[in-house]
Amino acid sequence: MRTSTLTIAGRSFPSRLFVGTGKYPSLEVARRALMASGAAMVTVAVRRIDLTQKGEGSILDVIEKVGVPILPNTAGCYTVDEAVRTARLGREAGLSDYVKLEVIGDPKTLFPDNDGLLQATRILVKEGFVVLPYTNDDLVVAKRLRDAGAAAVMPLAAPIGSGLGIQNPVNLRILLEEIQDLPVIVDAGVGTASDAAIVMELGADGVLMNTGIAGAADPEKMARAMRLAIESGRLAFEAGRIPKKLYASASSPVEGVVRSGA
Amino acid sequence: MTAMRIRVNGRDREVAPGATVSALLEELGLLPARLAVERNGRVVAKPDYPSVALEEGDVVEVVHFVGGG
Repeated sequence: MRTSTLTIAGRSFPSRLFVGTGKYPSLEVARRALMASGAAMVTVAVRRIDLTQKGEGSILDVIEKVGVPILPNTAGCYTVDEAVRTARLGREAGLSDYVKLEVIGDPKTLFPDNDGLLQATRILVKEGFVVLPYTNDDLVVAKRLRDAGAAAVMPLAAPIGSGLGIQNPVNLRILLEEIQDLPVIVDAGVGTASDAAIVMELGADGVLMNTGIAGAADPEKMARAMRLAIESGRLAFEAGRIPKKLYASASSPVEGVVRSGA
Repeated sequence: MTAMRIRVNGRDREVAPGATVSALLEELGLLPARLAVERNGRVVAKPDYPSVALEEGDVVEVVHFVGGG
């Protein structure tokens, strides 16, 4: 039995897991983890080529071996101009219109600059990009991003790389209930498999993570764990969980029990 | 003919007068397939690398993909 398929901007994906490619201890570990994750797409950053030294292997070699589509990001961009330029360069280098849009507003928390994010979204949508913005778990911002033409919204569960899991389940639930007409992919803050499963049980359309896998003692195993958690969480969401009740309700018949003294 | 001064990835560099983007990449030992080039804030499309001539004072960025979230 399979879960329903995730579709973004008319394109269907074989998985609801999106994986980052940063922070792996080696390219070989990255390759194994990406394989094990079965990721729908993998994110990459756009950076200046270091002209003073020759590179050995690159993450792109690994990604091509795994055969997974790339999702260029605008990580590290603090202004609309930086983010838009980086998105355009990513499109030229990767020949894909998809962009994970980040406009960061604060270096310590890496929280998004919502105003900049909205402006950059409008510009890039006009240029034909499929914009997937990394945003707060804020319904109002999510609605504005949707109205600006974003193809999905990607609220954080917790700060990037923190591994804290969902810090504000109420905000996330409200956002998931109110944004029904485009995918909501929870991006950032997932630390372990149960965090991912909970996100999916709440009804998220997908999860994007990097550090949770790359920083694990065994990234390949954690990638597999995340893949299973996301599939389990999605199945549970689609299956429809039972309501929570305070008191017990017997699973076995209450009639016909052999009683003592009867 | 004197060399032109341009800026590539934040460093000053001299190139031959009239050098194209293709010539610059060749000089840098870079294959165009997996990179992108920006000249004075605007992306140069790959098919234009052989025809776009650099000019004195140009600010060029040559980028590629690295691991990231």
